[in-house]
Amino acid sequence: MSRISIEQVKHVANLSRLAVTEQEALQFQKQLDAIITYAQQLNELDTENVEPTTHVLDMKNVWREDVAGKGLPIKEVLKNAPDHEDGQIRVPAIIE
Amino acid sequence: MGILHESIQSLHKKLIKREMTSTDIVKATFDRIHEVDDRIQAFLTLNEEKAYQEAAKWDQKYASKENLGLLAGLPIGIKDNIITKNLRTTCASKILYNFDPIYNATVMEKLNTAGMITVGKINMDEFAMGSSNENSAFKPVHNPWNLDYVPGGSSGGSAAAVAAGEVLYALGSDTGGSIRQPASYCGVVGLKPTYGRISRFGLVAFASSLDQIGPITKTVEDNAYLLEVLAGVDPMDCTSANLPVPKYFESLNKGVKGLRIAVPKEYLGEGVLPEVRESILEALKIYEKMGAIWEEVSLPHSKYALSTYYLLSSSEASANLSRFDGVRYGYRSKDSDNLMEMYKNTRAEGFGDEVKRRIMLGTFALSSGYYDAYYKKAQKVRTLIKQDFEKVFEQFDVIIGPTAPTPAFQIGENTSDPMTMYANDILTIPVSLAGVPAISIPCGFMNHLPLGLQIIGKHFDEAMVYRVAYAFEQATDYHKAQPKL
Repeated sequence: MSRISIEQVKHVANLSRLAVTEQEALQFQKQLDAIITYAQQLNELDTENVEPTTHVLDMKNVWREDVAGKGLPIKEVLKNAPDHEDGQIRVPAIIE
Repeated sequence: MGILHESIQSLHKKLIKREMTSTDIVKATFDRIHEVDDRIQAFLTLNEEKAYQEAAKWDQKYASKENLGLLAGLPIGIKDNIITKNLRTTCASKILYNFDPIYNATVMEKLNTAGMITVGKINMDEFAMGSSNENSAFKPVHNPWNLDYVPGGSSGGSAAAVAAGEVLYALGSDTGGSIRQPASYCGVVGLKPTYGRISRFGLVAFASSLDQIGPITKTVEDNAYLLEVLAGVDPMDCTSANLPVPKYFESLNKGVKGLRIAVPKEYLGEGVLPEVRESILEALKIYEKMGAIWEEVSLPHSKYALSTYYLLSSSEASANLSRFDGVRYGYRSKDSDNLMEMYKNTRAEGFGDEVKRRIMLGTFALSSGYYDAYYKKAQKVRTLIKQDFEKVFEQFDVIIGPTAPTPAFQIGENTSDPMTMYANDILTIPVSLAGVPAISIPCGFMNHLPLGLQIIGKHFDEAMVYRVAYAFEQATDYHKAQPKL
């Protein structure tokens, strides 16, 4: 039994904003299934009373003064943009 | 190629005495790169013109007898996931093939202040995802000890460049073993510091709770000098630790007499080649002779580390890599009818398969209905893995084992199955999950390929890691071996 179906792979690809072909979906399904199946080993462990670790160090909120910093010049910001016009980044149509 | 085998101390003395110039060292570096890099393929971008200008500037300062720091005028290579202002930074990915950063990573600011000269940007596995450097979108790196073999990954270019004498020092980054495993495969010294020891500002994020920058060098001493410059709290990275940075050099020579070494039985067990195990037992004999005591211990959750790591690191990566969308920088797919199509095509064309696989695995592990079973479960197991280390460190100063279960493998040998590739990192990943520091130093050869000894320390106790590593290095000659190119 697969732990992840082709339909789920396509759904996850969509959430990940990745275009995939049928061929690729099939290949990723096999590979992801192998990884997810291997990861089932974690179920051997009873973690009922274990706290999750999001961060290894005993570090709490780090505060700083809320002071506005200097912004970047428009020219710098646009330097790497694939397409821009009149100081703004241009993208394909967002709404029809 | 003589210059490129001298220590930081020795080069600095010669620069002060004017027996050598920074320009000489930079020239020797580029000469060597031009001589061998078509075979190693460690560099993606060279910074030749600016490097010579920098060298001339430092030469003037040396000539006018300014009081200069130890690293002033010395060249370094930088892994291409560390942001360098006005110097192309690609993460070895098509999606950033033309990215020209407008700021510097904090480590770059620190290196520049110390006077180090960036000679170029170094090849890697795309977005640091990989253990062989075969995932570079541009070209694979070859192991200087045998060009048919991988250098390890993801900092394989950094380790190979140092091993091949192309550059004296390099920066790498380590998320699950990406400094230590290539250092082991290439026979050089690579340190993954404690999580939080070095600022991650300007390190292109892969898995933010694991990523650390670290130095790769020929010797432990040089490595210690570099860490001292790189380490420290940074207002731009609130996970960087606000702790004093010791003078690591001063404690190198303290020896190991009376120190307690733990040797996890899981690190010498299944999957670890007998020759690798033998090299570690030989190393332990040397430590015994020097007065250290070692005992077998257990890190019982080690076998769960790989699953834990791939779930957590991929989950974090799926969020971190969402910023690559073709809008503000990098590659954009042409001819998309609408924004959504542009995102999907850009990412499909811009990312390689391993990166896509991990983004999808992470998205799956975080998705509604699976979050508790995968992501949260893995975070809980991470706690158990971390506790394994804490228990051992109650009674021991360091933990020692191999860095990798085998020496380097052949290019193409493990590319068909992601799971066999992932298994190369079984001995480095638990350390990353626990966030403790660890170094890989050369400790032998198998079939003319280097083997690495991994020394693991307590949180923020890099001084002890270096001290134990230095003692072994002084007692052996493995670090002096050179690949024939």
